[in-house]
Amino acid sequence: MAAGNFEKYKSDGSLGGNLMEWFDARFPATSMWKAHLSEYYAPKNFNFWYFFGSLALLVLVIQIVTGIFLTMHYKPDAAINSAGVPAAFASVEYIMRDVPGGWIIRYMHSTGASAFFIVVYLHMFRGLLYGSYRKPRELTWLFGIGIFLVLMGEAFFGYLLPWGQLSYWGAQVIVNMFGAIPFVGNDLSILIRGDYVVSDATLNRFFSFHVIALPLVLVGLVAAHVLALHETGSNNPDGIEIKANKDENGIPRDGIPFHPYYTVKDIVGVVVFLMVFSAVLFFAPEGGGYFLETPNFYPADTLKTPPHIAPVWYFTPYYSILRAMVWNFFGLEAKFWGVIAMGASVVIFAFLPWLDRSPVKSIRYRGPITKVMITLFVICFFILGYLGTLPPSPAGELISQVCSVFYFAFFLGMPWWSRMDKFKPVPDRLTMK
Amino acid sequence: MKKLLIALLFAPLLAFAAGATVHLDKWPGSIKDQAALQHGAKLFVNYCLNCHSASFMRYSKLMDLGLTEQQVKDDYMYTADKIGSLMQVASRHDEQKVWFGVMPPDLTVVARARGEAGSPYIGADWLYTYLRSFYRDDNRPTGWNNVVFENVGMPFPLWQLQGQQTLNHETHKLELPAAGQMSTEEYDKAVSDLVGFMVWMSEPQQEFRHRLGWYVLAFLLVLLVPAYLLKKNYWKDVH
Repeated sequence: MAAGNFEKYKSDGSLGGNLMEWFDARFPATSMWKAHLSEYYAPKNFNFWYFFGSLALLVLVIQIVTGIFLTMHYKPDAAINSAGVPAAFASVEYIMRDVPGGWIIRYMHSTGASAFFIVVYLHMFRGLLYGSYRKPRELTWLFGIGIFLVLMGEAFFGYLLPWGQLSYWGAQVIVNMFGAIPFVGNDLSILIRGDYVVSDATLNRFFSFHVIALPLVLVGLVAAHVLALHETGSNNPDGIEIKANKDENGIPRDGIPFHPYYTVKDIVGVVVFLMVFSAVLFFAPEGGGYFLETPNFYPADTLKTPPHIAPVWYFTPYYSILRAMVWNFFGLEAKFWGVIAMGASVVIFAFLPWLDRSPVKSIRYRGPITKVMITLFVICFFILGYLGTLPPSPAGELISQVCSVFYFAFFLGMPWWSRMDKFKPVPDRLTMK
Repeated sequence: MKKLLIALLFAPLLAFAAGATVHLDKWPGSIKDQAALQHGAKLFVNYCLNCHSASFMRYSKLMDLGLTEQQVKDDYMYTADKIGSLMQVASRHDEQKVWFGVMPPDLTVVARARGEAGSPYIGADWLYTYLRSFYRDDNRPTGWNNVVFENVGMPFPLWQLQGQQTLNHETHKLELPAAGQMSTEEYDKAVSDLVGFMVWMSEPQQEFRHRLGWYVLAFLLVLLVPAYLLKKNYWKDVH
């Protein structure tokens, strides 16, 4: 970042100028604008993968704004109405049918939930490709993992709200997982539910978490993520530090101001993203039955367990890892170890900055071992994700066990395999390709 | 190397592409056929709406099918007196539960609920097959059973139209010893219309949604041009 001590705005004598001077004397408007946009120097060679950070921010805004309007009409109420349908479920259909424009707001929110995970997964994958989590950006990565965890909580709590069959039974299954923790598990799951089963009490507290508690944390973490990034400066596809080569004014020679260069570039990304987003929203809002799961069009029925309870697609890789764990260890049941494995499979991302021992950051200058390992990891992630949507089967169990072992081997073996690779010489300056 | 890895990346998708389900007949109808939807709506209020509600659906919404307010009031409203009323049923839920063992589910969104992951639009096929698969079974309290939904609690309200099918336990095929008021072709068409109405009712704005979608995509496509030129212009000095 350029020096933090910016000059204050000087009026040109016009009314607008005077107002700006008055304002800037009392608030760091100009200095913040410069520090984070017009004089924040970003590497000039960002490629396709670098769109997903700003897109994640866009989706966050979509979710918050549509969420505000949905909250105006949604009722977190499990009581059965006169037609024999839970009020919460009925209120969602009310939004879909009777609220003017309600269906578009609701589909934006439901499509946005899946879009959020898609862009965040691609954003994280970018980090993996170019070693963006490596020193000095460890804290940016950790804030990012925090965002990812909160996002998972946000999605889980939000998924209960339509009060459909999968909302209800999915929440039942996930809260019951906490019951597998020795000694405190049972009490913990009662504490989470606020009842002995998922009920109106659960719905109300999940609503509260979904619309206020977690969004507050999420926005705070996003701010921290961006601030930490702007402190160190952005990584790039070459994985080299542009600050190592500055001109006489202290500006990185390979850096360009974020605004206007990347703001105009990101507008292109935003438009393309919105085209894909709209294509789903208007032509396939169910997302092939994966974004809006079809059994969730049945209202929650506490007496009828669905034959197959599948979590939403963005949770299925971890769910597969949970199901792959079928052995009892140390006198503790397999379910407990499954929960541990599932938790570990998510949290392990946080350790990447210290697991990766490669002398170069970017995959561009790393050898075949890295490329093969990352490819296999992505394949395993997809297979686990796909198997997690299916009912359990012996073949699926075996495949998911193999993939789970590789999943953890990828991370835990990284200190070794990341060092063993053949490396290419890293250039001093950015390459434009 | 790179190509090999990319090929490897997509290989697992192919391995899992196929999946087996129960055979369902393809629903032959379309929600663009307004006459069929009107006919389906009529069958729905006559045969379904006595036990099943469609409680998220207002009678006034039927006017979207090209009906006038008076037509809806005269021909479609039997239990409600206000055009803006929801399509509720007169039966009491606790009594229904005693009669059928379960409360007949609300049918407003059933066409969507019967979909499946990977093919969310299969709900229409399911309903189309289900309503043509009832057969006499004296072991059931209602006297009816169904091939698609075994031991279903629902009796068969359309039996006078279709006739009474029986299940040949050797061939596992349905047979129709005596036709009802309709020929098989007529009955299939009636069920198709009824299913069409249920598909339409599950999301009455779906046609509008598609139409709006094309406008939105066209707008974004147009917006892409200045956005791209702007970017290109700003970036012409960056090498």
